[in-house]
Formats: sequence, C-alpha cells, structure tokens
Amino acid sequence: MTPPPTPEHGSAAAVAPLPNGSGSAVTAPRRPWALGLGLCLLAALLALLGLGVGSSGLEPIWRLWADPVAAQIVWDIRAPRTLGAWAAGALLGLAGAVAQGLFRNPLADPFLLGSAAGAALAVALTLAGFGVSLFALEWLVRLGLTAAAFVGAVAAVLLTLALARGVQHTLRLLLAGVVVGMVLGALSAAVTLAAPATLAPMQAFMLGSTGFVGWPALGLMAAVGALCLCAGVALAKVLDGLSLGEDTAQSLGLPLAPLRVALVLLLALATGTAVAQTGLIAFVGLVAPHLVRALIQTTHGWLLPLASLMGGVLLLAADLLARALLAPQEIPVGVLTAVLGGGYLLWLMRRRAP
Amino acid sequence: MAGRIWVLWLVLLGLVGGVQAQPIQVLDDRGRTVLLPQPPQRVVSVLPSLTETVCALGQCQRLVGVDRFSDWPTAVRALPQVGGGIDPNIEAIVALRPDLVLMARSSRGSERLEALGLTVLVLESHNHADVRRVMGRVAQALGLPAQQAEQLWQRIDADLTALARALPPSVRQTRVYFEVNRAPFAAGASSFIGESLARLGAQNIVPPELGPFPQLNPEFVVRANPDLIMVGARDRASLHERPGWGRIRAVREQRLCVFADAELDALVRPGPRLAEGARLLADCLRRHAP
Repeated sequence: MTPPPTPEHGSAAAVAPLPNGSGSAVTAPRRPWALGLGLCLLAALLALLGLGVGSSGLEPIWRLWADPVAAQIVWDIRAPRTLGAWAAGALLGLAGAVAQGLFRNPLADPFLLGSAAGAALAVALTLAGFGVSLFALEWLVRLGLTAAAFVGAVAAVLLTLALARGVQHTLRLLLAGVVVGMVLGALSAAVTLAAPATLAPMQAFMLGSTGFVGWPALGLMAAVGALCLCAGVALAKVLDGLSLGEDTAQSLGLPLAPLRVALVLLLALATGTAVAQTGLIAFVGLVAPHLVRALIQTTHGWLLPLASLMGGVLLLAADLLARALLAPQEIPVGVLTAVLGGGYLLWLMRRRAP
Repeated sequence: MAGRIWVLWLVLLGLVGGVQAQPIQVLDDRGRTVLLPQPPQRVVSVLPSLTETVCALGQCQRLVGVDRFSDWPTAVRALPQVGGGIDPNIEAIVALRPDLVLMARSSRGSERLEALGLTVLVLESHNHADVRRVMGRVAQALGLPAQQAEQLWQRIDADLTALARALPPSVRQTRVYFEVNRAPFAAGASSFIGESLARLGAQNIVPPELGPFPQLNPEFVVRANPDLIMVGARDRASLHERPGWGRIRAVREQRLCVFADAELDALVRPGPRLAEGARLLADCLRRHAP
C-alpha cells in the first residue's frame, strides 16, 4: 500500500510529482490504468444492477425480458436513466477536478462560479412562469426547464466572469462567484416563496433527480462529456502548471489567460449540462477528485478522466439507492449523494486525525 | 389583574345585555386550549382554506386581514394582505388588532404573535375528517352554534354523494393518476383528493400505504398504466417528454384532464369547496368514462 494520501494539502500538493522519487512515484505510472479499469468495471456492474432496480425494488433482469411492458420499461426508462446518472456524475466529477485545479483549492466544487444559483433562478422563473405566463417570461417558458437550467447556469458563470473582469485574479473570480451565487440564490428563493405552488418542484430540482433522463438527454450528456474530457485532458498541463503556483506556470511559457478562460468555459459547459438534465446534485463534484487523490497520486492528465469515472460511479450508486430504498417512492438523489459524500469526508477527517 | 377586569366586564355585559357570554374554549391542532373571552369580531386568517371556512360559515364580515393567497370568495380580495402562510408579516397582523388569528401548523410566527398578546388558533386539514373537524372548531371559535358547521359539512357530504350517483357505473373501472406536481408527487388514496376520488368510485393507482402525497419513481406510473391522468396546466406539456410515458394508455389516447390554476385551488385546498373540487373530478371522470 502507498502511504496515506494528503488531500488536506490541497490539489497542489497531491498532484505535484513527488520530487524525491519515493516508492509511490515509482509505482504510480501503472496504477491509474488499474484504477480506471476498476472504476469502469464497477460502473458496469452497478449499471447492470440498475437495469433490475425499479419501482418494485430489485427484480431479476431475465424475468423482465419475458414481459413486453417490463422490457419496455427497462429499455425506455431504466437504461437511459442508469447511464444518465453515470454520465451526469462523470460531468460533475470532471467539473470538480477542473475547479479544484483551476482555483488550487481542495474545497472548490463545480458550482463555485454561481452556476447552481443561476440554474435555480432560471428554473424558479420558469416554474412560476408556467402559471402566470407573463409576456417577459414567455420565451423562458417555451424553452422548458432543461434549457432554462442550462442557460441560467452558463449565464451565471458569464456574469461572474464579467464581474471579476476576467480570469486573471483568482481571488476576485472566487469572490465574484460567491456574490453571484448569493444574490441569484436569494432571488430564486424570493420567486419561489411568491409562488408556493412551485415550492415542491423547486425543492425537487434543488435535490436533483435522474428520473426523467431519456435517451436524447443521455446522448447530449455523453457528447458534452466526451468533448469536455478531451478538452480537459488537452489542458491538463495548464492545471499541472497552476498547481505549482501562478508564477511557475507563467515561467513555463503557458499563455495562462486564454487557457484559464477555456477552463472556466469548460467548467460552465460540463456543470450546466449536468444540472440541466438532473438538477443540483451536491457533493459529487467536490468528492470525486478527492476520492481519486486518496487512492492515487497523479497528474491532471489522469486525474480528470479518473475523477469523471469516480463521479459516475458515485452518482450511479446513489441513484440505485434512491430508487431501491423506498420503492416505488424515490428519495431525492441529492440527499443520498450528500450523505455518501459527507460520510466520506468525515471518514477522511477521522483518518487524518492523530 | 387583567383577568379580573375581564370577568367584571363579562359580568357587566351579561347583566346589561341579558346574554350569558361564556368564554369560549377551543382545542387547536397543537393540542392547546385556546381561550376566547368573547366571540372574536376581528379575525385574521393566514391560510386560504381557513379563510374559505370562515366565509362558508357566513362570517366573512369578521375577517379584517388574510394571507396573499386567499382569493375566495371574491370579497376577501379587498382585505388587507398580511404576507403568506410561510412568511406572515407579523407587524401587519398586529397592526390590524385582531382578536383571533387563524393559522396552519406549518405557518411560522404563531409563537411570536402569541408573545405579542394575540390569540392564535392553529388548525390544519389533511383529509375529509379533518375538514369536518376544522369547520366545527372554527364555528366554535367564532361563537356559532355547532349545528351550523355540521350543516355545512352535511351539505358537502350530500353533494359528494349526489356527484357519485350521477356518474355512470363504468367509472368504477377507471384507474386514475392525479399528479400534484412534476417532481412527480402524486395524490395518494389517503389524501383528501384521493378520498374524493374514492367517494366518486374511481380507482387510484397510488395505494394508501404510500402516504398522502408520495414522490414516485416515474417508472411506477408507466407500469401502473393509468386509464386517466389528472394534471395541472403547468405540468401538462412535460408529460409527453418524459421517457416511456408516451406508452401510458392515458397519454396515448389523450385521456388527460388538465386543470387551470383557479380550478386547482378548489382541488388542492382542503376546505368548504371540497365538493366543488370533487365536481371537477366528476366532470373529468364522466368525460372519459369507458
């Protein structure tokens, strides 16, 4: 076993190549493959299980194929939502790894730049708009919840960028993100309170659900995920450079400003896509990169795909439990990711304690 | 001291008016006995169903303020609004100098209002029996004879029976899914909407064990394959977009009843308009009877 990981030192310490060539540095090159393969296998196993878990608890899949209605349910509903949970988790895991690398902060999560609050406000306005159909809201209503959430998330990040006047200043960007998050969050709370019929659907959106992910939604998430992952891996050198400090990164001759803008846009796109399809799912983006770093020390070129796989497995597992525990009722999946993610963080903290 | 003055005042009132003004005691849903020295004349209601109950008992004129969602009967729209059930405006309520405030248990602020010296009666309905009980309690608090509330309930009950009788017997085979909102939360058999459906003879795809308003796995609805879906206008458009829902019989054959917001109010407020809501359900069932 490798020595215990040290995520409390932040991604900077965890992802930096070990200078003294210790044991883990020697074995490191082989392990990312193993971890990636393991995560893929785990995901496949969970996905198979996911096909069998539905509104009547766990059922054997082979029995389902005999019944045409059940087979249709498996194909039309369970398969896309199971894979959708994996894809959304992967998007969030990727976004989390990018955010933590970009801000050199182990507590950074995909919603850091205000995307969650922006999506929430757009959804709140749309839900309220379904009832009153104000002229100003009509275009938003016609977009539907999914598109509204995406537009809201991306618009909030752009607003943050505008308020921070670019990406040069990390602290300014973070603070602008906090401000945008607070203000838009407060506005969406006010809108929801004024239209109490939207309270329950709004709460459901805040806790997330994979219940309505169909094949088109899955296709969209997979395409965006593949795009973002390729872009992320291509930009991994920048994140590695940043983890050594901005001055060092500059001295490596990287054109930091445009590359950081690209990373922020990647973050917004991945987060917005996941949020639009599944709502605000907490903790996956924060915890997935930590889990990877706890198991392995590697560079961002590996961290990004591994964090994606880890996020996928996490959300897939949480979604399975959400469906199975109280079937045919559903527990909002965000509750389970928070419990699982929170449990992990607590465990990590205890393990670190002397 | 204040108590003694009250007693003295009551005695005087009794002597002068020749009426025996007994202090009123009402047990509320917090399990507290609320004491009213005399029938209240200035009532604030911060729950639409309680507003409607006061008016259905013919005491609309005693209301001096309502929450911003109370809109029935139209007369109450002219009253000062004192915030919403979740965010009541304490100052506005106090400024109206009410001698009784009616609230739901979920409302915040009952403690604060009591600390400010107001009398608060907390009542909440979740099913038909509750509606009947709440009517009785409100009548009691307003100093009305108990028969008045009972008559109101009997009228509703008779309406429900008449509605059920007027429906064709084939309604008994209709399996209904009533969606409260898109999460999706359903109205289960144990909710007051479910009770109304049962009184009308229809079947509910959501069994009582799941509780009044469970959040369902959407797949459950596809599998239950209801004959008829009742849904609010807000969520109607999303039905077809949901994976697999296109094959539900009700969706395929357009056996949908879409309720506008104003209609939904009558449906989702457990109060004196129970029969009005049931009439909407009955019309829907008749239109789509097999």
